[in-house]
Amino acid sequence: VRFEAASDQAMLVYLGEEIGAATHERVVRLLRLLQREPIKWLRNIQPAYCSLLITFDAAAVDHAEVQAKLSEYESRADKMPAGKARLVEIPVCYGGEFGPDLEVVAAQHGLHAEKVVELHIARTYHAYFLGFAPGFAYLGDLAEEIATPRLETPRKEVPAGSVGIAGRQTAVYPFASPGGWRLIGRTPLEIFHKDRGPMGLIAIGDQVRFRPITRAEFLAARQA
Amino acid sequence: MRLLVVESAGLLTTVQDFGREGFGVLGVSASGAADAVALRIGNLLLENAAGAPALEMTLTGGTFLFPDGAVICLAGANFGAQVDGKTLELWRPHAILPGRRVVLGATRDFARCYLCVAGGIRVAEFLGSASTHLLSGLGGWEGRALRKGDMLPIGRLEKNIRRRKLRPGVLEMLKPEKRLRVTRGPQFDWFSEEARRILIGGEFVVSEESNRTGLRLDGSRMATRVNTEMISEGTPVGAIQVTPSGQAILLFVEQQTTGGYPKIANAIGADLHRVGQLRPRDTIRFEEVSLAAARELWIEQQVLLGSEERLFA
Repeated sequence: VRFEAASDQAMLVYLGEEIGAATHERVVRLLRLLQREPIKWLRNIQPAYCSLLITFDAAAVDHAEVQAKLSEYESRADKMPAGKARLVEIPVCYGGEFGPDLEVVAAQHGLHAEKVVELHIARTYHAYFLGFAPGFAYLGDLAEEIATPRLETPRKEVPAGSVGIAGRQTAVYPFASPGGWRLIGRTPLEIFHKDRGPMGLIAIGDQVRFRPITRAEFLAARQA
Repeated sequence: MRLLVVESAGLLTTVQDFGREGFGVLGVSASGAADAVALRIGNLLLENAAGAPALEMTLTGGTFLFPDGAVICLAGANFGAQVDGKTLELWRPHAILPGRRVVLGATRDFARCYLCVAGGIRVAEFLGSASTHLLSGLGGWEGRALRKGDMLPIGRLEKNIRRRKLRPGVLEMLKPEKRLRVTRGPQFDWFSEEARRILIGGEFVVSEESNRTGLRLDGSRMATRVNTEMISEGTPVGAIQVTPSGQAILLFVEQQTTGGYPKIANAIGADLHRVGQLRPRDTIRFEEVSLAAARELWIEQQVLLGSEERLFA
């Protein structure tokens, strides 16, 4: 475990230096312990692939005290159950107006569009963390054969429900927002809803699968 | 129900309070007032809770009608507020008679002016806060910036408000300077010597493409020494991240909660309110301080803001 001051009120805790299941499990276990035994001065936890960003009340504690307390938590975290992963299925209409980058991604890898879709739905993805926007889950790992860098210039507006890929990650945009991921399809599901419990369809640690649907099914689901 | 009627909204007017910290696990950033110091003092002058929801106006204010009257306080930047052609001073309570309108114009100094109302603006809370989160369309008034015709419920006036003024010197101490103190970011060592000199010695201009999610800062290009692909991680408010093209971006209250660009520095907590008052085309400079010094400045500011005796006469 490595500690790094991120700001005068935040500390980064690194539990590994490479993206992968083992490191992420340590992230989730420490998160679960911090949630089960809350610390008074802790104001926010932002988990990611290999790290947790801990924001604290700087009037109450300094970085040394934060590090000491978190070290103690970390030493006990391996006894925490990581929790049972839910399986979330996301229906997606691939290509066409909903996936404007599908053909480009296919061409870049010398594949047919159908093959890109096939590779995208073949895997069960791990939800590493939520970031960027409310409910935006970073899902991995995408098949190497279709890993594609982000757009050079991000789009000013990506429609809500868009399914994108970036490097070896994939995600669903919960809201219309700017975005640089390659868009290969769209889901009719509402990914984040404030009047629903839980608000986000995908939570950290979940398993996620994509299921292809037709344009007619997409439109019917939107009507419902 | 007492109302505030929006006759014109101004450039970007939203409902804000102290924000909703603590929902990083859901990917939700805190949002909240860009200048929390101004919001706090405006509310305290009205004897509201320090974080009562208020209107945050950006660069240009609107026109607001109070059909049932209200007591208000303007805090932050001077937008030349008037009622019936008479100037409303900043930083003091004003009784607005029923049917009168408060007219605000373009800023004369800084970026944001807060219109606080005795009893607060009454909107439904989302995750424990009234703050508007524009990207997700959540919180505040219908999750969006105000528009002409909006009618917002406001609180009742429950007591007589004491006629208090800020003590001389308080505003001077909290003045939003164009100098930001920073601590080293977690990837400080990734940057070249020259990049570090640019950050601390150089000048940066706030780009027009700046908003509550972040401020783009134009200056000399800061290069990294290492060509390591960074693994995305949590980003604190005030983080100064540098894109591969050398663009510096200061992440602000409605920031994305994680990011994959190296962070060279981080604005200190005690200076975040200064960030909220920066305007496009402002020239700013950075000054490095130690974590211990940043903490002292934060505690000093919190003590001042928490002491009615030191704030008000």
